[in-house]
Amino acid sequence: MVDVTLYPGCSLEGTAQDYRDSLEIACSRLGVNLIELENWICCGATAAHSLDEFLALEFPARNLVLAEKRGLDVVVPCALCFNRLKTTEKHLLKNTHPELTKKYPFKGTIKIHDLLAYLTTPDMLKGISSLVKKPLEGLKLVSYYGCMVNRPPRITDAQNHENPTQMDRLVETLGATAIDWPFKTDCCGASHVVARPDLVFVLVKKLYDRAIAQEANGIVVSCQMCHANLDMYQDQISEYFGERYHIPVFYFTELINLAFGDERQIGWLSRHVVDPLPTLRECGLI
Amino acid sequence: MRIGVFVCQCGTNIASTVDTERVAQEVKKLPDVVYTTTYMYTCSEPGQQEIQRAIEEHNLQGVVVAACSPRMHEPTFRRAVEKAGLNRYMFEMANIREHVSWVSNDREANTKKAIELVRMAVAKLRFNQPLFPSRVAINKRVMVIGGGVAGIQAALDCADAGLDVVLVERRTSIGGKMAQLDKTFPTIDCSSCILGPKMVDVAQKENITLHAYSEIESVSGYVGNFAVRVRKKATYVDWKACTGCGVCMEKCPSRKVPDEFNEGLSFTRAINIPFPQAIPKKATINRSYCIYFTKGKCGICAKVCPAKAIRYDMTDEVVTEEVGAIIVATGYDLFDPSAYGEYGAGQYRDVITGIQYERILSASGPFGGHIKRPSDGREPKDVVFIACVGSRDASVGRPYCSGVCCMYIAKQAILTKDHIPNSRSYVFYMDIRSPAKNYDEFVRRAQEEYGVQYIRGRVGKIYPRGDRLVVQGMDTLLGIQVEVEADLVVLATGIEASRGARELAEKLHISYDQYGFFMENHPKLRPVETNTAGIYLAGVCQGPKDIPASVAQGSAAAAKVLALFARDTIETSPQVASVTERACIACGKCIEVCPYGAIRWKELKGGVRKAEVITTVCQGCGLCNATCPPKAIQLQHATDNQILAEIEELCA
Repeated sequence: MVDVTLYPGCSLEGTAQDYRDSLEIACSRLGVNLIELENWICCGATAAHSLDEFLALEFPARNLVLAEKRGLDVVVPCALCFNRLKTTEKHLLKNTHPELTKKYPFKGTIKIHDLLAYLTTPDMLKGISSLVKKPLEGLKLVSYYGCMVNRPPRITDAQNHENPTQMDRLVETLGATAIDWPFKTDCCGASHVVARPDLVFVLVKKLYDRAIAQEANGIVVSCQMCHANLDMYQDQISEYFGERYHIPVFYFTELINLAFGDERQIGWLSRHVVDPLPTLRECGLI
Repeated sequence: MRIGVFVCQCGTNIASTVDTERVAQEVKKLPDVVYTTTYMYTCSEPGQQEIQRAIEEHNLQGVVVAACSPRMHEPTFRRAVEKAGLNRYMFEMANIREHVSWVSNDREANTKKAIELVRMAVAKLRFNQPLFPSRVAINKRVMVIGGGVAGIQAALDCADAGLDVVLVERRTSIGGKMAQLDKTFPTIDCSSCILGPKMVDVAQKENITLHAYSEIESVSGYVGNFAVRVRKKATYVDWKACTGCGVCMEKCPSRKVPDEFNEGLSFTRAINIPFPQAIPKKATINRSYCIYFTKGKCGICAKVCPAKAIRYDMTDEVVTEEVGAIIVATGYDLFDPSAYGEYGAGQYRDVITGIQYERILSASGPFGGHIKRPSDGREPKDVVFIACVGSRDASVGRPYCSGVCCMYIAKQAILTKDHIPNSRSYVFYMDIRSPAKNYDEFVRRAQEEYGVQYIRGRVGKIYPRGDRLVVQGMDTLLGIQVEVEADLVVLATGIEASRGARELAEKLHISYDQYGFFMENHPKLRPVETNTAGIYLAGVCQGPKDIPASVAQGSAAAAKVLALFARDTIETSPQVASVTERACIACGKCIEVCPYGAIRWKELKGGVRKAEVITTVCQGCGLCNATCPPKAIQLQHATDNQILAEIEELCA
């Protein structure tokens, strides 16, 4: 077992409970002991950084100092939290705001990992491969990384920020078919869905159309914001454009659990708005 | 010693943040200082006359000017004091502008620092001694490094004036980037038709020695007398015998060699002449693709060559060329667009670079001058050009403007319409930069007569749809996102410093900027000179520029060389190292550290060895002085005594 600090972020306590449940199971099977950061607070996204630059750094800074005291690397499942924590890490280590650094003396002795990257290192993929019981044959998936985990590279330290491939490799390790497509890192519109649904609908429709055109029967994501926009709004988007979309959206951790043959996962899938069970049944996976 | 101090106000440049009057009054109190004054512009004619008058009136033996950087006006003031009868080395400069007034707004601190700098200069001046230059003969041969259009122009101008010229080119033919271009803006005249005759001139001039496929190994010496070692790389073909008939190329069985001249859009052979107009028109074997070299047998070229010119056992040869001046014209390379992952260069075959499109347009190019897509050979109907790929973008480390892309895009869009009348061209641009003669009219013609759609905004993404490409960008004038479906996308990749530019600069002892472009001596007033005497710059190696500007600079560099060679001898600086023989312990450390090979052993009577400085080779860097254990070797005009006097004055 490897101990790491988990910074869950607020969505994983609410709308993305399914993500949280699935990642906890997947991690425990993979020998990753997640220890939730004690007294963690909001990372400040999106509200803080659109209003007050200092406050937007102060929230994550407090979390980073807490985590450093604990002494373990931090894994972050939420793309927005990851981006805010990494941004603040850079500011603190470069001492861009001396008053911030003084208040939150972060030394950089711990690393901040995006959960997807953490679970798709070559060693981790080897471990995953050895645990696969039910290869996900028949699932043809496009990997949708979203915009915040990889970009901008000077913040995220992503190697291949315009064309990431780690999720595709995972999909293949799990026995499914990974379909290469050009919209891996396009924006889903995120929280604009509240104020400007018309805009988000156009962005997401483009993703559906392309996935279907390339004969995918599912989309895999690593961000609960992307999941919300692609899954929760699929019926409304269908109605808005007069289409009949039915394309299930999976968290990558859910696929790991399915391939590991974990029965609990099948139950949790019913929490999705777009029911993935017919597709899974078609593929003979349940 | 009777010393005079002149404190310059430099208009308000110094006077606004330094109390120059107080500086003058304070240093008046120093011993030996008999006269001080301030002046608005000391470097001006009346300012210099004021110094000369004071030397005469007050019988001055040494002069200190507190003004700008000595890099700017030290020669000016040295000449001024010399005219008044002083030795030019009885002069010191205190830099109270770049080092003081431009650094801080704190008037009190600045004034104090200025006083300290002047006191140091006075302290040093007390130890100054008259020094006298010696004269050496000039070797009136010139070397031009780089055979692009700038280098060719410089070489031809020098040769026309009767000089012996040595032209060194890294590739197997001269011609540079211009030889790869199809047409040239703003007149649409054929590039190889106007460059070709100049290339032939180079080959035919008897006083031009051309070393193609050669690189600079090392450079020693100094203005008037450089010795340059040139590595002539093995071509495996005896160029004296080769007639350029091309039979070897025809018969060579290794046919999958990416054609560098065609920017990888077609294949050439392992033995090849890069293009039909190549100068010299000689074949070269590309060792990494040659079957003889990779598999050990083949030898077809040797069998078919009518001139029996193939030499598989050829090795690199190093020749030493002695020249009096060097013109550097090493050109540029183009930005690698794979840094823009969102544009898919390298991923999508129909996303190409501007220079690749030049080759496609060219009648001697990979498709014989017919515009075709590299992926399927289909004629494109919609062509999108994207400006500023690797220019004006700090996020990829290229904040500068490449200066030529706006124009070459307009030209390529016009040519596209000429080739395919029912095609449509789109240009995504940030600003249009077309400031030279007839340039803006040319861009307007592209827009108005040729109907090229100019869209002001950056492209965010290119992705495939079917067998076409979707270019997704911003129209910032309309404030909307736009998508253009294209058959071919041309990225206007920007200019960057030539591969190996930094290494060459270090060999030549010239400086380069943070992007690898060579530094001119003064950005406005000495644009072709470098900081090293006798070395001049021409073309894009100094900074992005187009063909007319490169040619002009090539001629300018030639003019500078001719001016230098108008004399038979030149003065050498007396600011060199000299050995006090009775203190020298013959340890040889100075010989080891000297980067110029300017120190050698001298044998005295009875076999005693002492270090000796070859004054004409010494550059006055002072490494030997710092290394010498008994301090027997001293740098004139920066002796230990002079430096210690300055430090003591500062610490007093």
